[in-house]
Amino acid sequence: MEQLETLERKTDIKLFCFHCGDECPDEIIHIEEKIFCCNGCKTVYEILNNSNLCNYYSIDQNPGITRKHHIKRNYDFLNDTDLKLKLIDFTDGKRTQLTFDIPQMHCSSCIWILENLYKLNAGIISSKVNFLQKKVFISFQDEKTSLKEVVELLDSIGYDPQLNLDNRKEEKIKSGYKNLYYKIGIAGFCFGNIMLLSFPEYLSIDVTGHDELKRIFAYLNIILSLPVFFYSANNYFISAWKGLKKKFINIDVPLALGIAALFLRSIIEIVFMNGAGYLDSLSGLVFFLLIGKLFQNKTYETLNFERNYKSYFPIAVTIQKGKNETTIPVEKLRIGDRLIIRNNELIPADSILIKGNANIDYGFVTGESMPISRVNGEMIYAGGKQIGSAIEVETIKEVSQSYLTQLWNNKAFRKDQEHEQESRIISFANTVSKYFTITILALAVIAALIWQNNSTLAFNAFTAVLIIACPCALALSTPFALGNTLRIFGKNKFYLKNTFIIEKLAAINSIVFDKTGTITENNSSSVEFIGEELNESEKVLVKSVVRNSAHPLSTAIFNTIDSKITKNITLYDEQPGKGIHAIINSNEIKLGSKIFVNEGLKQFYDDYSTKVFLSINGEAKGYFNITNKYRSGLSETISELEHNYELALLSGDNEGEKEKLRNYFGADNELHFRQSPHNKLDFILRLQESGKKVLMIGDGLNDAGALKQSDVGISISDNTNNFSPACDGILDSESFSLLKEFIKFSKSSMKIIFSSFILSLVYNIIGLGFAFQGTLSPLIAAILMPLSSISAVMFTTVLTNVFAKRRGLI
Amino acid sequence: MSVIIVLIGASLLVAAGFLIAYLWAVKSGQYDDKYTPSVRILFEEEKKSEIGSKKSEIRNEKT
Repeated sequence: MEQLETLERKTDIKLFCFHCGDECPDEIIHIEEKIFCCNGCKTVYEILNNSNLCNYYSIDQNPGITRKHHIKRNYDFLNDTDLKLKLIDFTDGKRTQLTFDIPQMHCSSCIWILENLYKLNAGIISSKVNFLQKKVFISFQDEKTSLKEVVELLDSIGYDPQLNLDNRKEEKIKSGYKNLYYKIGIAGFCFGNIMLLSFPEYLSIDVTGHDELKRIFAYLNIILSLPVFFYSANNYFISAWKGLKKKFINIDVPLALGIAALFLRSIIEIVFMNGAGYLDSLSGLVFFLLIGKLFQNKTYETLNFERNYKSYFPIAVTIQKGKNETTIPVEKLRIGDRLIIRNNELIPADSILIKGNANIDYGFVTGESMPISRVNGEMIYAGGKQIGSAIEVETIKEVSQSYLTQLWNNKAFRKDQEHEQESRIISFANTVSKYFTITILALAVIAALIWQNNSTLAFNAFTAVLIIACPCALALSTPFALGNTLRIFGKNKFYLKNTFIIEKLAAINSIVFDKTGTITENNSSSVEFIGEELNESEKVLVKSVVRNSAHPLSTAIFNTIDSKITKNITLYDEQPGKGIHAIINSNEIKLGSKIFVNEGLKQFYDDYSTKVFLSINGEAKGYFNITNKYRSGLSETISELEHNYELALLSGDNEGEKEKLRNYFGADNELHFRQSPHNKLDFILRLQESGKKVLMIGDGLNDAGALKQSDVGISISDNTNNFSPACDGILDSESFSLLKEFIKFSKSSMKIIFSSFILSLVYNIIGLGFAFQGTLSPLIAAILMPLSSISAVMFTTVLTNVFAKRRGLI
Repeated sequence: MSVIIVLIGASLLVAAGFLIAYLWAVKSGQYDDKYTPSVRILFEEEKKSEIGSKKSEIRNEKT
């Protein structure tokens, strides 16, 4: 009796799982005094405990990953040799090295356990984590273990790796990074030393009588400037040459001209005229430019902006061959294969249902997560996910030719390369540099003509104009302004692929929204009970029933009822697509569609919204009305954007919420419903053909085409570690209400770049005064060039911060 | 004055040494991951203390 009392008292305080920290409904699952929310969590604890790895729990509080929604996967397909070779980095038959993406990684404990894998499997030689990239590098001995066993081990402790076949190109980007680091190091080294050797020149120290010293310094400078000119600065020449070959003058053309003029003139001055040259200015300029490049190259390593459907789809499927089940890589799937699709597995190709109760969640395709039931002989489209027991289907199309995947055959996805080139053309700096280059070349020729009867002076004036007019301030202000903007966006959980997107974002004049998951919240819906109010004991009954169901509607109802639960369920029968029939404490409860529950329900008005009907002991109680919850700040965002932009809404859903959405979007903006992924892409294309610059905001695979086609495609995500389709930027759903500020801020950034360009023009005009007289001394160059560069950097950085503060972004 | 040339040579050598050290650091991947090592260094000590406590356990058993 006493025991029972303590037990009851205990249920009042909240219980948390020792493994994952989730709230536990009771303390039935436990080991000693440690309580677990589910058996999965308990199993992981046991595995770790057996290997003396409980340190895991002492580094961070409740570090585990909940196992409640874990689905046991069959990894037999990892024995397939072709597949194996695609997944591993290196093998010599004895030792294998591989890299896994583990998005679940989130704390120090995760690092610790993943680096101690060798204690769990003796075949693992070592494992090393890169936390920021959420990757683990593992090497193991082929004799003692296998790829499959390693994956199974990771899965068993909650870190199942993301297995996909198209993330191999990242390596390339990384080595590019290293090159930039090398170049900066060398340019910095040479810059410092050249400055040091130029000090006598700066301070006008009289070195008469020590002419040989001056010459040694000058020649040392030449030696030191060689790696700067030929190695650190080579990208500017390469890029300028590439641009010119395509008959296009980019910002690197005047830069390359300036650098070359500096170098040649310095060499000539030192060798033939016993002068000092401008090698300090040259190396300083290159050094600053490279720093700017580094600053601009901020990337979000954990985010992937290039995913296509292959990342969503399984890499292997189970097929029925004769009487045996085998797993094959999804690429080897052929028309007519019999597939076995288990709970929560994705259908990889358009198929026909052969056997079983299909209950398909097309969340990926339409954005709508309510499962749809299908009967034998009906078509199931690729991208759907089976919820419930296993089904058997026969494929009728190849993976890449299915309804959804065909989207990726659209030309929007093929012009990737050209797209990048295009983005360079429109950038402000490049547009300006075209006129700029022509002007300075003309000025240089004029300067040379003025002094044509004195060849030395003419040469001096010609090169001086090129040196002074070198648009270093412009070349620096762009990366610093945009790089800073990118960082400020990042702080507000708005992650852009690169800095070019900011310029594009500033230029848009039309915004298209997706509905489900974009302007509505993904995992929370508002649930309202219509009918006579339920009393406490009835609430307990309903909550206890829905607790047992994984259906999203059940979860939504479970979350809204705030009462205790009872475990006393005598009967529980869930019929996919219909509802739940349960008996608790000899009360009969029916929950589900209208027909399933009771025909005697009151008349109701069909308005497309989702309803779950309830009857207790044969008596109709009413229904739960479940509607999408719009994101907070939606109406402010829309009404603000409405003034300056043409808005549109594209929804894969029915017209159920049209009236409501009208209130948000106003009368003149377009609302389209029942839009397929292809429709969405075409809509964007039509807007673009009418001369609009389109910003598309969406989520999920169904928007993938539209996101790709649009000028700027932003995908919204509740958890940025999750998959998001190929896009230009990822916006954390928390920051949705800041969207209007982001767009305005991108415009401010462009204005800042423009004004810093004006500022640099002022410097250039002053410098040109000297250049035309042919009296540009190394000292003036040494002052003017760093001054203009540093002031441009300061100006843009300070101003972007000021504007961001004013917009409330920092 | 020739002492200056010797000094400059020496200073360039020292500076080049640092440059090489930097290039080696980049090459060996020290700039690839700027976060994990900061966490990893804390584990090392725990491992030692773990071994230490095990050793003392063994010692206790023996006595």
